[in-house]
Amino acid sequence: MAKHHIEAMVNGDAVEFLCETEETLLDVLRDTLHLTGSKEGCASGDCGACSVMLNGRLVCSCLVLGCEVGGQKIETIEGMATGETLHPLQQQFLKSAALQCGICTPGFLVASKALLERMPNPTETEVRYWLAGNLCRCTGYDKIVSAVMDTAATMRKG
Amino acid sequence: MAETMTNGSSQTYVGTRTIRPDGADKVTGRARFGADFNLPGQLIGRVLRSPHPHARIVSIDTSKAEALPGVKAVITRADFADQSSEFIPAGEMMMNYKDVVRNVMAREKALYEGHAVAAVAATSAAIARRALKLIEVKYEVLPHVIDVVEAMQPNAPLLHDDLFTVGVEPKPEKPSNIAKRVEIKQGDVEAGFKKADLVIEREFKTAPVHQGYIEPHAALASVSEDGSTELWCTTQGHFIVRAHCARLLGLDIGKVRVTASEIGGGFGGKTVVYLEPLAIALSKKAKRPVKMVMSREEVFKASGPTSGATVRVKLGATKDGKFVAAFAELKYQAGAFQGSPVQPGVMCAFAPYDIEHVHVIGYDVVSNRPKVAAYRAPGAPISEYAVESVVDEIAKKLEIDPIDLRMQNAAHEGTKAAYGPKFGPVGLEETLNAIKKTEHWNAPLRKWQGRGVASGFWFNIGGETCASLTVNEDGTISLMAGTPDIGGLRASLAAVAADELGVPYDKVRPIIGDTGSVGFNFLTGGSRSAFSGSMAIVEAAKQIKAELCARACKLWEATPDQVEFSGGSVRPLGALAEKIKPMSVADFAKVAGKTGGPIGGVGRINAQGAGPSFGTHLVDLEVDPETGRVTVLRYTVAQDAGRALHPAYVEGQFQGGAVQGIGWALNEEYIYGDDGKLQNAGFLDYRMPVASDVPMIDAILVEVANPKHPYGVRGVGETPIVPPLGAIANAMESATGIRFTELPMSPPKVLKALKDKGLSRA
Repeated sequence: MAKHHIEAMVNGDAVEFLCETEETLLDVLRDTLHLTGSKEGCASGDCGACSVMLNGRLVCSCLVLGCEVGGQKIETIEGMATGETLHPLQQQFLKSAALQCGICTPGFLVASKALLERMPNPTETEVRYWLAGNLCRCTGYDKIVSAVMDTAATMRKG
Repeated sequence: MAETMTNGSSQTYVGTRTIRPDGADKVTGRARFGADFNLPGQLIGRVLRSPHPHARIVSIDTSKAEALPGVKAVITRADFADQSSEFIPAGEMMMNYKDVVRNVMAREKALYEGHAVAAVAATSAAIARRALKLIEVKYEVLPHVIDVVEAMQPNAPLLHDDLFTVGVEPKPEKPSNIAKRVEIKQGDVEAGFKKADLVIEREFKTAPVHQGYIEPHAALASVSEDGSTELWCTTQGHFIVRAHCARLLGLDIGKVRVTASEIGGGFGGKTVVYLEPLAIALSKKAKRPVKMVMSREEVFKASGPTSGATVRVKLGATKDGKFVAAFAELKYQAGAFQGSPVQPGVMCAFAPYDIEHVHVIGYDVVSNRPKVAAYRAPGAPISEYAVESVVDEIAKKLEIDPIDLRMQNAAHEGTKAAYGPKFGPVGLEETLNAIKKTEHWNAPLRKWQGRGVASGFWFNIGGETCASLTVNEDGTISLMAGTPDIGGLRASLAAVAADELGVPYDKVRPIIGDTGSVGFNFLTGGSRSAFSGSMAIVEAAKQIKAELCARACKLWEATPDQVEFSGGSVRPLGALAEKIKPMSVADFAKVAGKTGGPIGGVGRINAQGAGPSFGTHLVDLEVDPETGRVTVLRYTVAQDAGRALHPAYVEGQFQGGAVQGIGWALNEEYIYGDDGKLQNAGFLDYRMPVASDVPMIDAILVEVANPKHPYGVRGVGETPIVPPLGAIANAMESATGIRFTELPMSPPKVLKALKDKGLSRA
């Protein structure tokens, strides 16, 4: 079968690509568009390492097909910083040592940004449940949760 | 701790929470992990795996797969020469190449579901997958055995007909699944138990659990026509990967260059090879680069979990709480090949306590499961969980506070451990004191809530380490280490280098060199990389400081006693100081070409004196009598770090280890069907803790300096996973009155226990 020709917006840039029907958005991002910041930890939507925003909604890109995203807006970890300025979450993750190995970090950052856009003043419990779809095996989540709450406080101050 | 640690160094950055030098790459998605490498013309490799837990491989026909357009290479057992039986140390474990070659590619038999049987390289993943279906393997299915105790029975299905139990007299005439019997003995336990007023004996069971790193194994190999081999892979030790691949494929070590990618977690599980030799063999055959990445299912089925085990513990105490005799018998699953961590399990079992009479026996047992790999303090969490449970029971029976009981028996400086050495300064008592002083220890509890405490021990290791420091032309420093940075190593080493040379932290750029760029390094494991790496950096810096002093003597026409290195500069002393200005590292860099050439140092050491690290954990939990679900409410860790080079990353080790331990205690397990197949090979059914499962983990840094290290450092990475199992089991007893002796304490098991005691009406 012929490949699908897809046009979409990724991190504000117009992209076009060809993909097989069975290729996931994660496959397309990583293998075709060479945006390897989104990671594959499970390919079943259980680890959240491939988290991206699709039209403003947090999704696991391993559960979306590449051929589904025609005309849609995708935001990945590669689009999170503005120029040379890291997003406040990125800065706070570094300051708080909220990453050890770093493989889950892009997914946590994308998911945390989605949280703070909806909920600028989350409780610890809200942060923990929002991030329950992202697995981290190194940190025990403590410093990640703190970093998200501290960022929220900083961003509220403007 | 003194302000000045080593000759001429300052303490500006060590002990502070610097931003990690690899941080920006890791929060922007730029950092390249195992699966993020690609090469022009690369093929995709896939592995065909056994659907049977135990089967003789009668024949493998690859002709149809080879004929499929797009398939460039197919490999099987025929592509690997057999290896002689030879045991070599592999970190905290032992390995045998005869087994390694059989584990990476099944030979006579498939020994577990998921055992590699063949591999293909093709122009696309889809073609590779189709090719696997065209490989015809004829199996003669054999009876299998999964459970460790069943595997030890005389009539159990036999995995290896040449496996005779080592460590028993006389040598057995028949082969069995018991690979080894190990033993440590101190004093006379029979006499010791006679002095006891109270003896508690219990049997415990633990399930095998996976390290659960989020990044699956990945490798990209490229072999040239002249045999030069390049390999990029995610590993805890690229020098070890190089050695294994060279050995398995008959290559010169010098022709193999291995680059360690950023590593997405390992916890011991990435200290061995799986895909790496297959990718090289496929690339050699196809004459193209070959990339291989495991799926999560493959990670669960075909990479090492740690042992499940059965442990019997017997501990005797006097009525005033002095431990007088201890006995334990450990039966550890090794998986399909011998080499479980039963030896360290035996050695660690009673290590936290000063006990005169100790006897521990361990059995290393094979069964039809994936071969175990190291997992954070391999073997120790299992045996220490059993011991800490019995210690708790003794405290209850004797009505002694469990911290006081541990304090009364705690190993301290001068204690002779049953496994051999006499401890130097160690921090167990300090961690117990730290826990006792917390507000947590005295906080009120409600019905169905419980509190538990447990201590833990791990040896830590040093070992072969090389690291270099190069002074660049502008005075900035290039730091090269050769142990993969798995959780902040670069930050710790850069801080040490900056302090040693008196340069700003952000002028030091640390990188992890490939096997061709830096001298041999043993792997990142045994909690050794910050301990050993910082020693190598101190040595490299010492060479630079000596060199700069020598150059200053020449420039200033001074004698060695007229100069010293301090605060980042060589300073003239005495009368000379009035005439001459000090020269900084950067000043020397500018005139390097005129004063003797490039400036640098290389630390090449075999690090000794790794100080053991003790920890004590305190946990509160609540049991839901309707469902059996256990919620961890509060958690505090106190551990001896010797000296925390980077306190935040040390805390991170404590917190991460505790949560891994929570998973081990409450949820995680390999579940097999009667058919010998793994039923939960995915993150949905293999339930690791998520953020909403756990509370904040309070971390208390205890610092009892290790006198053998220039900064007092002890390894910290492994000890944190040792106490949680016992602490949680003890808290369960406190909440329910039931002594749980089987892990995981998952909701169905807890509910059943509550119902059996008439505590739940659910």
